[in-house]
Amino acid sequence: MIKVENLVKKYGNITASNNLNCRFEKGKVTVILGGSGSGKSTLLRQLTGLEKPDSGAVYFDGVDLATAGKKKLYELRKKMGMLFQGSALFNYLDIYENIAFPLREHTKIADNIIKTIVTMKLEMVGLRGTEHLMPSQLSGGMMKRVGLARAIVMDPKVIFYDEPTSGLDPISTGVIDKLIRDLNQTLGITSVVVSHDIESCFRIADNIIILFYGDIIASGTAEEIRESDDPRVRQFINGEPEGPIPFTRTDKNYLDEILID
Amino acid sequence: MEIAASIGRYTLTRLQVFGRSGIFLFLSLFQAFIPPYRFHRLVKEIEFIGSKSFLIVFVTALFTGMVLGIQGYYSLSQFGAEAALGIMVALSIIRELGPVLCALMVTGRAGSAITAEIGIMKITDQFPALEMMAIDPLKYVISPKILAGIIALPLLTAFFDLVGIAGGYLVGVKLLGVNEGAYIGKMISSVEFVDIYGGILKSFCFGALITWISTFMGFSAQPTTEGVSRATTNTVVLTSLSILIVDYILTSLLL
Repeated sequence: MIKVENLVKKYGNITASNNLNCRFEKGKVTVILGGSGSGKSTLLRQLTGLEKPDSGAVYFDGVDLATAGKKKLYELRKKMGMLFQGSALFNYLDIYENIAFPLREHTKIADNIIKTIVTMKLEMVGLRGTEHLMPSQLSGGMMKRVGLARAIVMDPKVIFYDEPTSGLDPISTGVIDKLIRDLNQTLGITSVVVSHDIESCFRIADNIIILFYGDIIASGTAEEIRESDDPRVRQFINGEPEGPIPFTRTDKNYLDEILID
Repeated sequence: MEIAASIGRYTLTRLQVFGRSGIFLFLSLFQAFIPPYRFHRLVKEIEFIGSKSFLIVFVTALFTGMVLGIQGYYSLSQFGAEAALGIMVALSIIRELGPVLCALMVTGRAGSAITAEIGIMKITDQFPALEMMAIDPLKYVISPKILAGIIALPLLTAFFDLVGIAGGYLVGVKLLGVNEGAYIGKMISSVEFVDIYGGILKSFCFGALITWISTFMGFSAQPTTEGVSRATTNTVVLTSLSILIVDYILTSLLL
């Protein structure tokens, strides 16, 4: 479905994507795991064409997003849905209009059918009855579910999730995880999830990619990652503060820096 | 050397920003003429920039006209030329005060709000969200705002002119006893088409200026609360100054 080849992206002297190669299989849930600053959000932005790589290519359905023109890119985007970290709902529209928005913009579907579609999507995320509330009246978890309803309203082939469970309580996290799984199983939607939530990751993932400062340090099925004996992978999934992955980012010697000569 | 270098660096970054804002304006206006057209968006923005500024423009115009009535009467009566009060009030308002004050009031009311709104849309990822829905944010959010400014400002200015002249009439004729026939008659015979045309032309430019600067400031704001508040302040300062400078340039060109 999506294939990444020799992807490089640098910001100044920080390498966010260091020659990445990976693929996201059709109908599977792939989780991109990594700590803060590991380049996972940058990778997601490149997978969706929101950001262009410095070099390398992202093939979506066989089309390179970096070289595709705006028209072609927008055509492909209609097959993508995205759930943003902060939900990115339009604050001047109510829930109903937020979800109906892509339909109104891209189709000529009659109002009564739009109503049916919106109601169905809201039912899928368990929020029927909130149509006339404004986004500001919802909790964070509910906003994410509305964001998800909006992401699937055009029946996309791929959904991208940017940290879908961060900042949510355990029950909301469980609800979102179940939704991701259900959407994947019932609609066969390919899912790409960026996360640093290990528990939720193993609940939903078919495949896992672990990023560390712009490099892929492990990738494979959830089972393979769980059984991995790579110390860096073990440290990450067990959340150990000490290990091969350093806590600090600087190469300077600590003693040298604090000692006054 | 150090100073020269830093002046050069400063100038270059300023020029870059100016260039970017120019491209931004060009793309937004260009996008506005490509289908699909979203008239409801345009109407909504005209309502926000135009209709909702009516009250503030009304009050500003009324009191400006009334002050001009008193001041004009005081100055003109020294030469026994009170009869020319109508001309003085009308010309000052139509040629100068109408477009400028109207633009300044709209900057404070709508310009700052536009910057804040766009800045918050940026903080909350609403622009990438639009992108992901295959909708061009420039076309959807920015173009209608810039067009609305260009359409709304001349209308507001015309309204300002009318209320201002009425304010002058109220004070000059009703309060200070200037002859009614002289106030209106002399005004009608001396105000030329070119005066009105010049004032409206100014307001077109100011309308574009206000929405251009306020949208660009919001769009290029740092995506933090501090960044948005700074951008909002910058919008008001920069737009107000630009209006005064552009006003001088246009006036000297039109005369």
